Amino acid sequence: MRFEVLNRNTTQDFRLRTTDFIKMSNGNMNLTLKVWRQKNAQTAGKFVNYKAEGISPDMSFLEMLDVVNEGLIHKGEDPIHFDHDCREGICGMCSLYINGHPHGPKRAITTCQLHMRTFHDGETVTIEPWRAGPFPVIKDLAVDRSAFDRIQQAGGYVSVNTGGVPDANEIAIPKVIADEAFNSATCIGCGACVAACKNASAMLFVSAKIKQFSLLPQGQPERYRRVQSMVAQMDAEGFGSCTNTGACEAECPKEIKLTNIAGMNLDYFSAKLFRQEELHEQGHGEG
Amino acid sequence: MSLDAKIPAGPLAEKWSKHKFNLKLVNPANKRKYDVIVVGTGLAGASAAASLAELGYNVKAFCFQDSPRRAHSIAAQGGINAAKNYRNDGDSVYRLFYDTIKGGDYRAREGNVYRLAEVSVNIIDQCVAQGVPFAREYGGLLDNRSFGGAQVSRTFYARGQTGQQLLLGAYSALNRQINAGKVKMYTRTEMLDVVIVDGKAQGIVTRNLKDGKIETHSGHAVLLCTGGYGNVFYLSTNAMGCNVTAAWRAHKRGAFFGNPCYTQIHPTCIPVTGDHQSKLTLMSESLRNDGRVWAPKTAELSQKLRKGELKVTDLKEEDRDYFLERKYPSFGNLVPRDVASRNAKEIVDEGRGVGGSGVAVYLDFAESISRLGEDAVRAKYGNLFDMYYQITDENPYEVPMRIYPAVHYTMGGLWVDYNLMTTVQGLYALGEANFSDHGANRLGASALMQGLADGYFVIPYTIGDYLATIGPKPVDTKHPAFEQTKKEVEERINKLLSLKGNKTVDEYHRELGLIMWEYCGMARSEEGLKKAKGLIHNLRADFWKNAIVIGENEEFNSSLEKAGRVADFLELGELMIDDALMRHESCGGHFRLESQTEEGEAKRDDENFAFVAAWEYKADNQPEVLHKEELVFENVHLTQRSYK
Repeated sequence: MRFEVLNRNTTQDFRLRTTDFIKMSNGNMNLTLKVWRQKNAQTAGKFVNYKAEGISPDMSFLEMLDVVNEGLIHKGEDPIHFDHDCREGICGMCSLYINGHPHGPKRAITTCQLHMRTFHDGETVTIEPWRAGPFPVIKDLAVDRSAFDRIQQAGGYVSVNTGGVPDANEIAIPKVIADEAFNSATCIGCGACVAACKNASAMLFVSAKIKQFSLLPQGQPERYRRVQSMVAQMDAEGFGSCTNTGACEAECPKEIKLTNIAGMNLDYFSAKLFRQEELHEQGHGEG
Repeated sequence: MSLDAKIPAGPLAEKWSKHKFNLKLVNPANKRKYDVIVVGTGLAGASAAASLAELGYNVKAFCFQDSPRRAHSIAAQGGINAAKNYRNDGDSVYRLFYDTIKGGDYRAREGNVYRLAEVSVNIIDQCVAQGVPFAREYGGLLDNRSFGGAQVSRTFYARGQTGQQLLLGAYSALNRQINAGKVKMYTRTEMLDVVIVDGKAQGIVTRNLKDGKIETHSGHAVLLCTGGYGNVFYLSTNAMGCNVTAAWRAHKRGAFFGNPCYTQIHPTCIPVTGDHQSKLTLMSESLRNDGRVWAPKTAELSQKLRKGELKVTDLKEEDRDYFLERKYPSFGNLVPRDVASRNAKEIVDEGRGVGGSGVAVYLDFAESISRLGEDAVRAKYGNLFDMYYQITDENPYEVPMRIYPAVHYTMGGLWVDYNLMTTVQGLYALGEANFSDHGANRLGASALMQGLADGYFVIPYTIGDYLATIGPKPVDTKHPAFEQTKKEVEERINKLLSLKGNKTVDEYHRELGLIMWEYCGMARSEEGLKKAKGLIHNLRADFWKNAIVIGENEEFNSSLEKAGRVADFLELGELMIDDALMRHESCGGHFRLESQTEEGEAKRDDENFAFVAAWEYKADNQPEVLHKEELVFENVHLTQRSYK
């Protein structure tokens, strides 16, 4: 059949269709939000209460905040500042501490994937930023996570230049190993592990990258050098130690396993105990 | 001026090798005397920044996100094409080239596309060497899957997170160079203008998003790797922050805009649920390997399903219309995206749509689950199924997914020559930000390929030619152009901040999106486009009177950030309409109702429209000037695309 312009080629008709959507989404939840507001890193912050009205259970948590912010802007007030970008759970930008949990009460999802059907009408929802010394607040709910980048810069790579590498299929990697490396590599660097930890430890994040490379043949040449530099940077940033409570694993939106930390510790101690000479020879050891 | 694409002469397969030999080189000791600015750190930007720094150039890289790892390339799900022919199924560089030209409906350059296919094999090698954990088979070698528009399996993947893994690979290479002191990284920093000195791009003006500080940065060349402009539609699969500002500012400084109306509407996205919707989520094209697209045979059945009088799983086999398999038996569910999208629209327009809104069709896995078992399907697509469940509250292992097309990618972008240089000397555009390789429709798994090809394997060669020509003399930041451009940026910010009307920036953005989707979306007509032009014109005028922008410049101000981006979208929208109006033919994702075959397929007009439209900005409120780059086809024969 041929395509025709149907009788809805006007904005008027389009509005009719969007009205259908509104009916469909049936927004009738009302909530109270207790939100952390803080102008900048230098100023003290405080909780401020807001009403979120006419909320649909089909909205994502961030879309609910969009509605509240639209209301604030209409009143000429500063909208609530929060980090977000892809809104499909992969960029790692969103970072809200909701009712005492990083990324909210549901397991294995990010804040942007949390939907309002998880909450009930009349509920009070507390929203805070990630709280950890190495993640200073920039404004309201947005924090500075550049410490994570600096840890990756210290050694989270395989030192190969562009070009001159072997054919991809010259390196055979058993499927189980490749799959396990993938499971570690799936970390989105959101920082929920740090926010969940009473010690603000970043060991789940750091170990995931170390484990990805220590499993793969490509990561072997720099294996012990890498673990030392990344751990040193992690310590320099002021992240705490791991005391094996496992909150990080429980709250990780990508379900990164605690065994990554065990693997990192093994490599770290191997490097410290047995590899110092070799690393010194390469000029890569710690002092 | 006349457009010179600088495509090298000679046989197709030798163009790139010969060109690489003919390009001037910068000697290793001199490379450190050059500064290169890279804006954007997605696949194109991160790979370019890392590769150029490895060569010895000093790189300054910029991104608006809080970390370069968060660029929107990260969200690409399905895979990356490469002509490795590891499956022994008849693939070759020439076949990938041919599929891409045909998929793009013969509106791309032969020379560029062949080069893309040629370097595709190097990309996979590079990524594996970096430790990217691609999917593998039990023998330890790389696995492949099929994507739309191809009859070979050439797509490499990492579960449903290929973009993430490739970006983290490029990010790791970038980190290595940051650590080596060769890249200086600026995060949460947005580029707001290009500085042109004596006709050459020599710097940029940026705003630090945390404190509002406006700064100028100088360099011998500027690379824009700033992605696409799908967010002009408000609802798209792009991240919230994706915007056209960098490209648009460059356009207003002299860079021509190529084929702005070429937009990709991806067929398999989760349907809109309400007015609150802030973005749409893609369900990877890879799902069409095992999922079957269908709709009820009649509008009556559709009504019953929508009212809940009939359960979808109870609908008899003979009442289901597997419309892609029926109409395109040889490609079936794996027809290219533009074809799949238009067919879904046709079903919905016939009243056969499903779901609460009736604006959706089914993507059904029941047959695959019974053939392969639920575990096998979970292993392949688990994370996508989970994502769908999370958003819709429906279990796709039990009921078919509901899907509908959504804006996903823009084939249009800044016009570039074979060297990736725009019409401004020293200003380059890479990845989705340029217009170059996909013609009027991009094939699945080719965006990742192009971004990385441009960054890893094209720009490291072509930039040297330009830099060697201009010489390493330091850029003079005292030149009044820097101060003048900065002043203009500040004036614009102040103008935005003075807006204290009664309508939020998001409300304008949403309205613009509705106009674009309705009149410049999956089907376009002269009447509709003309109407849209007027609507956008008025909307823009209203924006500069009645928008509300909160706060001040010297703070973290999301309201101001958005306002600047939407103001640029409002200008871009009008250019897209002009381009769509001018192109009185259908091709790929650009479907003019006036130009279709008897079967309702896109009908090209090669005699009059086998050209790239490159638009030149003159002045505000003046029509842009159209330049045509004729497309020359020496190797492929232009035919009506058929996937039957």
